[in-house]
Amino acid sequence: MAEIAQNHRIGRKKGRTKKLSTRVDFTPMVDLGFLLITFFMLATTLNKPQTMEIALPSKDKLSEEDQTKVKASRTITILLGKDNKAYYYEGTRENGVDPVLHPTDYSPTGLRQYLIRKNYEVMVKVRELKAEKEKKKFSEEEFETRRTAITKDKKAPIVLIRATDDSVYRNLIDVLDEMAICNIDRYAIADISPFDLDLIAKLNTETLSANGTK
Amino acid sequence: MPKVKIHRKSTFIDMTAMCDVAFLLLTFFMLTSNFTKKEATTVNTPASISEIKIPERNIMLVLVDAKGKVFFGIDGQENRKALLEKMGTTYNVSFTPDELKEFSLINSFGVPMNGMKSFLALKPEERDASVNAIGIPCDSIDNQFKNWVSAARSISADYRIAIKADQSTAYPIIKKLMGTMQDLKENRYNLITSLETSADLEIK
Repeated sequence: MAEIAQNHRIGRKKGRTKKLSTRVDFTPMVDLGFLLITFFMLATTLNKPQTMEIALPSKDKLSEEDQTKVKASRTITILLGKDNKAYYYEGTRENGVDPVLHPTDYSPTGLRQYLIRKNYEVMVKVRELKAEKEKKKFSEEEFETRRTAITKDKKAPIVLIRATDDSVYRNLIDVLDEMAICNIDRYAIADISPFDLDLIAKLNTETLSANGTK
Repeated sequence: MPKVKIHRKSTFIDMTAMCDVAFLLLTFFMLTSNFTKKEATTVNTPASISEIKIPERNIMLVLVDAKGKVFFGIDGQENRKALLEKMGTTYNVSFTPDELKEFSLINSFGVPMNGMKSFLALKPEERDASVNAIGIPCDSIDNQFKNWVSAARSISADYRIAIKADQSTAYPIIKKLMGTMQDLKENRYNLITSLETSADLEIK
């Protein structure tokens, strides 16, 4: 289809050459171009998948000493239940009194609000640090060291994440996300204990009976 | 009657500009593209706010689908061959050079070792069928997954483990995998997620 109009060298007058027409039909080339574009658009992944780095302690390192180091009063235990429900309680069983279990969810107004309240000071400090970084433009490493200094604060809460067998992978990622959002550096993924399951069961029967009396 | 002259209009449109645009876009897509690697199963990853990108090379990919089937894959064709040979000696299965070559082209797979030979004999299109993708056994009786990971680790120490699980995968399976990894002293790994849009990070 691409056609180049032939010039007709007829009647040369006074040495004037007739101008060559250089019009090329580009339609097929455009077709080809768009075809290739379509192919590349469909074949590519524009956004690379994100990743979350986690490091878990190895099994043999978890001796009794390490486990008891954590002060019980500073811990928050988050339990991941079924149907995207989460529960949290503070501390542990003391003097025969069970900690109060609060039901919550993974929305910004649920678990996050609670964690932000708990970790407010650290979050404010990290925020100030970030603002400072924007202004001063100090190095990434310095930012990191200063950030860890803040998050490793003695008053910062320690979170234990315990997932029940009814929870799904997404719940775990959601909670790990909350840790990142709320700048909680000290958290651990631990196995669920019968004690935790008991607490959930108790809470569920309580709400059931409360609903029944209404 | 006078002749009615129909004036012929030229239908020739200058396509040069359009051609320019098309190729400009083409160049853009060619340069930004990295091809989607075919994976043994479709996994709908959960969203997170984490913005760390996954490195392109040296990935040991562990895929877990919604039903809890486990798939495994490493990159690098030579490494894949070495991996299958190593696994072959562990499980007393010998593979022909053809089978090794076939295996080196597979990004991820989900078959137990006793089905590996027949799996490799299949045509690439047939491998994805649910009958042929039954997952790697990873329970305590027959933990082939553990052997795959340790074999891959012995081939190259640079591999980073990346777990890509479906958002509705039940937690016990993840726990099992994490437990296996802990046994192997693989304590650092990546969880692949997709980017969450408009995360509300305001302090209330």
